Amino acid sequence: MYRSHILVCGGTGCTSSGSQAIIDKFNYELAKNGLENEVQVVKTGCHGLCALGPIAIVYPEGTFYSMIKVDDVEEIVTEHLLKGRVVTRLVYDETVKDDKITSIADTDFYRKQKRIALRNCGVINPEDIEEYIGTRGYEALGKVLTEMTPDEVVDTILASGLRGRGGAGFPTGRKWQLAKDLVKDGGQKYVCCNADEGDPGAFMDRSVLEGDPHALIEAMAIAGYAIGASQGYVYVRAEYPIAVRRLEIAIEQAHEYGLLGKDIFGTGFDFDIGIRLGAGAFVCGEETALMTSIEGNRGEPRPRPPFPAVKGLFERPTVLNNVETYANIPQIILNGVEWFTSMGTEKSKGTKVFALGGKINNTGLVEVPMGTTLREIVEEIGGGIPNGKKFKAAQTGGPSGGCISAENLDVPIDYDNLLAIGSMMGSGGLIVMDEDNCMVDIAKFFLQFTVDESCGKCTPCRIGTRRLLELLDKVTKGQATLEDIDKIEALCYYIKDNSLCGLGQTAPNPVLSTLRYFRDEYIAHVVDKKCPAGVCKDLLSFTIDKDKCIGCGMCAKQCPAGAISKTDYIAPGKKLPALTIDTAKCVKCGACIEKCKFGAIEKK
Amino acid sequence: MKSLEELKAIREKMQGKVGFRKEDAEGMRVVVGMATCGIAAGARPVLNAFVDGVAEAGLGDKITVTQTGCIGLCQYEPIVEITEPGKDKVTYVKMTPDKAKEVIEKHLKNGQVVAEYTSVK
Repeated sequence: MYRSHILVCGGTGCTSSGSQAIIDKFNYELAKNGLENEVQVVKTGCHGLCALGPIAIVYPEGTFYSMIKVDDVEEIVTEHLLKGRVVTRLVYDETVKDDKITSIADTDFYRKQKRIALRNCGVINPEDIEEYIGTRGYEALGKVLTEMTPDEVVDTILASGLRGRGGAGFPTGRKWQLAKDLVKDGGQKYVCCNADEGDPGAFMDRSVLEGDPHALIEAMAIAGYAIGASQGYVYVRAEYPIAVRRLEIAIEQAHEYGLLGKDIFGTGFDFDIGIRLGAGAFVCGEETALMTSIEGNRGEPRPRPPFPAVKGLFERPTVLNNVETYANIPQIILNGVEWFTSMGTEKSKGTKVFALGGKINNTGLVEVPMGTTLREIVEEIGGGIPNGKKFKAAQTGGPSGGCISAENLDVPIDYDNLLAIGSMMGSGGLIVMDEDNCMVDIAKFFLQFTVDESCGKCTPCRIGTRRLLELLDKVTKGQATLEDIDKIEALCYYIKDNSLCGLGQTAPNPVLSTLRYFRDEYIAHVVDKKCPAGVCKDLLSFTIDKDKCIGCGMCAKQCPAGAISKTDYIAPGKKLPALTIDTAKCVKCGACIEKCKFGAIEKK
Repeated sequence: MKSLEELKAIREKMQGKVGFRKEDAEGMRVVVGMATCGIAAGARPVLNAFVDGVAEAGLGDKITVTQTGCIGLCQYEPIVEITEPGKDKVTYVKMTPDKAKEVIEKHLKNGQVVAEYTSVK
């Protein structure tokens, strides 16, 4: 029995900031101090506060060490674990109040969170099935197989109001019901999991796979029982090596313990899961393309209907949900419909995980009840915007979503409200932008992504998005006219209405929503030939304020284009001639601004 | 594994271990002084006796055994403090693993303070 556990994050974020070396050092130091049988080091999944990695939590005290280095480990071991003195300088500063250590659960970052899908992430060792079982793992599967009929399972999920967490928010129970009832020929059916998380900035599915892979396995087996399927596939990005490895280990252990395979719990129910790796195409996150890819064909979408519930994988009825959706299932079975529906809004129940990124202090993963406002997420949980800048907008739903402007900061976030204000839930990426972001440039960024990722099967998406990008490019270069803005809008609707799959149908959303809330920025680019945020290079000019310039020449030394030279002007009280920028030579790199200590260079 | 009973057995075995990883302000806390003075006086075997004893008694999810720095009464080390919400703190002094077993039996399980080991005024 260990008296203390050190939980070190082994998620992708902390691994890339060196957590494995820290784990090794902990083990070395513990052995050196003869504590190896008293203190256990556990490699867990993500704790969510990725901005502060590498993270280590020491239990039973719950001391939260953040941004630790290999050199700090010795001190933690000899002071905290040997002598019981917390190393205050390494503790996350939000948990230190008046020199006392307070609970991590009371910090702004965690207080408003409600972790269901992420409940085990950062708590258990994902490579040990027994730790999962210790948190009531596989109990829901046992209950379903021994006490419930498939109809009762489907009815429970329907009644819970759970909606797909991967994009459009289709009711999960309805999906299961259709797959169960529409085709009744006794043939093979399939349960698939979409773990092809492609939205830039979204990483909650990766976190669940890395931190709690058994939750996914258990949920897929439950879905298999509900619809009458004995085979499941997880389609996961090859770019997630840690997630793939942990999932492989988890599937192997589930086999060893008889929780996958033949005759599970002696009930006669068979279920197995295979892993299929995606080769990096964004379109393979679209359900029909994903299944085509699993079949071994080129990942391209096909028209619906027939829907996957009728003709899905290998032309058989198929249920396809994403990782976060599945992670909710065992909890709904165990805790009941009432528990789940007590969280959230009228039409969106439960919680949603958001990946916070962009101009925000606490970059990371947060799980909040549906109906939480964007203001709470950005200002309280996210810790606000760095450098005292002002919030301008947040982009949700990645390249398929839209932006939420400051006027909608207090709208409770759920599926329907987000659609009403021109964005969408999507997978839950949430990128925060401040006053230094140009909204036309942001729209162009997302459109560039969809142009690159369009599979090319249908014309509106393949050619339409490219023409749209060219029009946006004209705007950012100051070459567009007001008619071009009308053309942009018309083309957006054309692409939305005529594309084959979700990729094309949602690709214009970032453009439409920025046009809706920030049309004045577009107009400024077109009419005034100015970029109000100072981002679009072609519309910027750099000038030197002669009265502020002291003529030191630092800017001229930095200028890669040799565009800065001396003038005849000597400001009153100064000794050297001021400098000037030759706009014809200037490449607008901004190196001069960074070097000027007197704020004499202006970008307009 | 072929039955729910086996699953339950693993769950119960692991619950004490995993349940330990939460901060529980409600339950009873056993705090062992583990500063240099405490360690020198033999606090480590005492701490381990509490950890093992609580686990054996199946009280792992109700009682937290933890350590702290110097309590300030170095001549009475090893010192163990037991706190429970709504009750006065009980301080045991000059503890040994054997005394720890007795405290687990009487105090932790049955709520009877072992007066003879408590602090001298």
